[in-house]
Amino acid sequence: MSAKPTGPIGKARRRVDGRAKVTGQTRFADDLSFPRMLHGRLLRSPHPHARVVSIDTSRAAAHPGVHLVLTGASMPIPYGILPVSHDEHALCPEVVRFVGDPVAAVIAADESTAADACALIDVVYEPLRTIASPADALAHPEPRIHEYGDTGNIHKLAALEFGDVDAAIDEADHVFDDTFFFEGNTHLPLEQHAAVALRDPDGKLVVYSSTQTPHYLHRALAKVLEMPAGHIRVIATPNGGGFGGKSDPFNHEVVVAKAAWLLDRPVKICLSREEVFYCHRGRHPVLMRFRTGVNKDGRLTGIDLQTLLDGGSYGSYGVASTFYTGALQTVTYSIPRYRFRGCRVFTNKPPCGPKRGHGTPQSRFGQEVQLDKIAETLKMDPAALRLLNVQPPDSITANYLRVRTIGLAECIRRVTASAGWADKFRKLPFGKGVGLACSSYLSGAGLPINWNDLPHSGVQLKLDRSGGVTAFSGATEIGQGSDDVLAACVAEVLGLEPYDIRTVTGDTDLTPVDLGSYSSRVTLMMGNAAVQAAQRAREILADAVSRKLEVGKERLVFANKRVFDSQSPDRGLTFQEAVCLAEAQVGTIGTTGSYTPPKSAAKFKGGGVGPSPTYSYTAAVVEVDVDPDTGWITVPRVWIAHDIGRALNPTLVRGQVEGSVYMGLGEALMEEQAFRRLPARLSHALVHKFPSILEYKSLTSIEMPDVHTELVEDPDAEGPFGAKEAGQGPLLPIMPAVANAVYDAVGVRVDEIPVTPEKILKALMAKASGKPARTGPGSFPAIPWPEALQVTPPDLGGDGRASNNPTRAKRRADAGIEASAGVKS
Amino acid sequence: MSETGAKARIVLTVNGERMDTLIDPSKTLLEVLREDLQLTGTKHGCELGECGACAVLVDGRPVLSCLALGVECEHRSVTTIEGLASNGALHPLQDAFADLGGSQCGYCTPGIILTAACLLEAEPLPSRDRIREALSGNLCRCTGYLQILDAVEAAAARKAAQ
Repeated sequence: MSAKPTGPIGKARRRVDGRAKVTGQTRFADDLSFPRMLHGRLLRSPHPHARVVSIDTSRAAAHPGVHLVLTGASMPIPYGILPVSHDEHALCPEVVRFVGDPVAAVIAADESTAADACALIDVVYEPLRTIASPADALAHPEPRIHEYGDTGNIHKLAALEFGDVDAAIDEADHVFDDTFFFEGNTHLPLEQHAAVALRDPDGKLVVYSSTQTPHYLHRALAKVLEMPAGHIRVIATPNGGGFGGKSDPFNHEVVVAKAAWLLDRPVKICLSREEVFYCHRGRHPVLMRFRTGVNKDGRLTGIDLQTLLDGGSYGSYGVASTFYTGALQTVTYSIPRYRFRGCRVFTNKPPCGPKRGHGTPQSRFGQEVQLDKIAETLKMDPAALRLLNVQPPDSITANYLRVRTIGLAECIRRVTASAGWADKFRKLPFGKGVGLACSSYLSGAGLPINWNDLPHSGVQLKLDRSGGVTAFSGATEIGQGSDDVLAACVAEVLGLEPYDIRTVTGDTDLTPVDLGSYSSRVTLMMGNAAVQAAQRAREILADAVSRKLEVGKERLVFANKRVFDSQSPDRGLTFQEAVCLAEAQVGTIGTTGSYTPPKSAAKFKGGGVGPSPTYSYTAAVVEVDVDPDTGWITVPRVWIAHDIGRALNPTLVRGQVEGSVYMGLGEALMEEQAFRRLPARLSHALVHKFPSILEYKSLTSIEMPDVHTELVEDPDAEGPFGAKEAGQGPLLPIMPAVANAVYDAVGVRVDEIPVTPEKILKALMAKASGKPARTGPGSFPAIPWPEALQVTPPDLGGDGRASNNPTRAKRRADAGIEASAGVKS
Repeated sequence: MSETGAKARIVLTVNGERMDTLIDPSKTLLEVLREDLQLTGTKHGCELGECGACAVLVDGRPVLSCLALGVECEHRSVTTIEGLASNGALHPLQDAFADLGGSQCGYCTPGIILTAACLLEAEPLPSRDRIREALSGNLCRCTGYLQILDAVEAAAARKAAQ
């Protein structure tokens, strides 16, 4: 629906939950307390990889104030976010897989008693070899971190080919072959995860949690606790930041549920900051190799992309993350022939998963830096090179993603104009530079995590004689403003103000299912469901008012809290009178709306990752100052243009864009989820380098540069009132734009994220000594790729199906191909 | 059930109200506010004084309540986010943060608004750089700070016009 809005939609205004947030009245999970509430702590493994030989809880159980000690034996059923990787346990029953993996839990009168009692649990571990890195994982198939996965410690191998990419690259005028590395980093939401569970007066289980995905937590709890889902109520409290880090079901959530059930008392666990670093699910470290063919005129002929993901110790979203590293290359620029091969390995570190951009920022970095190198070689302006290759609107890409509106060219034009690009690029004094990069992101994943035909989002409305409207939605407020989108969409259709709408969200007992706040899906999917529910309510009111006024429904206007005749605006009813009239005529008024994304064009295995109803687009220019003597880098200015379709509330959209720039700069310059070995005299264990906010550096208000934000609005028919996403896409161009700006400033390439002063200096020193002016990874390792699934691209008459069935080849790979096997060409 | 046993009696003023209360002397001011006085508007983020989420005003000055003991606040005046609005009217900073996107998830907001309130008491019309400096001890992961700076500037202008 993209009808021109006349009410609150499109106006910059206070969000509906704004007052609660500025008065401290927003109730986050750890703000909840209940009579007789107990507190829990988890005992976590000090070993990166070990067999649990025995656990003796007797001393802890006897400690004064302790009510319950749980171990893995009490919750033997595994769970996980993806159906293909139910590899986690609430408490590890047999094997611990990273420093921080929980093995036991104590529930006590208060937190400090629980912590004291944890120290009294005697666990005997038998250490296993630590798989510390992807190289380790490829070289050592044994010991396997998990007993499932493609082979050895390789969790997932993906190989997809769309047309003859080797020929397309070989026949190109130029071939570029570049390797890049993107270090892992973490979400760092300011709120630590917390959950409280209790039993209702009627005996049913209630779990409050700082989760972005109450629906998936609901499913996990029903499975592990072996209870009917209908007897479990999950309430997502407003999240104090999520960024993808609260999207998996977590150990502490299952533990509080089990404990509250057994004890029949409320139980809370709030993680410490250190534990949040262990929960992680953040950005995968990714090594990648881009082989790209380009003709003299700048047209791209094909890309052959390989990625290697360090997955950490569990599956999490990893299979999807793997495919995402290769999914969105084609939606920005036309890539006629495309091959993607991705490999995710298990290592003994906290599991990686979805962080803002989920799997796509890493390869977006490589692609956009390589484009900068291509432009340099072809002596083209990087903006012109990109404009030449922009994917057309209403098209299907080589890998069967359906592009609808695409404002990328407009974003490039706007951002280069506002940045004064033509006067700055390659023209600033040595040490100063500008860099350009672009990106795209999904406006919601086109397929659900659990494949089924059910709607992805539902909204219910209740209208009654008070004139009040209540909107019920399973969507989860994580700071992005989903409650405001819900209220605004309903208010727009019914002629009300958003502040007239009461929102009830993220409660599996009260609200219809929404799949959760991930993949930038909420505005588009919940928004569409809300519009449908509101239109149905409007229809009911319009029927009644039309009869009363003896005016055709098409002449009725809903605005300013009235329903009136457009040709005689004085003739009408207040909104409340209209509801009363309708309620008297048809009875209690309630409506529903649902949203299911359009069917994907991709019909091949692996094609479920990447499709979206529509994509957002972004272009950014970053300016840097680099001190050539020290490599010290600062960012004084950023210009960014984002194709939002339509900004439902421009204040919130700008906040998402600027917040993305901020988080992108953190990733580009300083944020690292890195690991180190303890000294041998301790345990030599592989541990997190700095699981604290003190040492995990992020930008403060002083480092944050001024940002010039432009919103490009071209309403997209797929979105509510034309809206697309804003929460993730604008992060993606920042990291490559920084690296490209460093090259413009001092003439060296840092093909690695983060771009630190040390790396810049290293490249400057290499340049000074006549070596390649670059810091970055050397080679891409040999990976036992399976035969690629062959899918004929649309321009060659393909129908989206694979033309081969490489399962036999995959079985051969499973039979024990050594990691040193040659790369299949 | 804590081992420390004996509680300490302290008298302090919280949001203008005199409080006479028994607390565990090992508790931080943050714990006293959140757990004993049910003032959960004050948040925790890092446990080591780095993030600023727990900032409150003690005698008008910002204090990281996770690094202060409750007993240290005997006879002192503490202002938390719950005490900033008066007679149902929001403080100009609260209005500006709500109107201008200064608060997204809202978790850092109480600490930031209180720190900014102290700044505006001392310097009614601070420069943007001065605001950046004053808020540099308060981390926000959502906004990128710019709408926060806008909100503080707008509130300062609004207060000055009053």
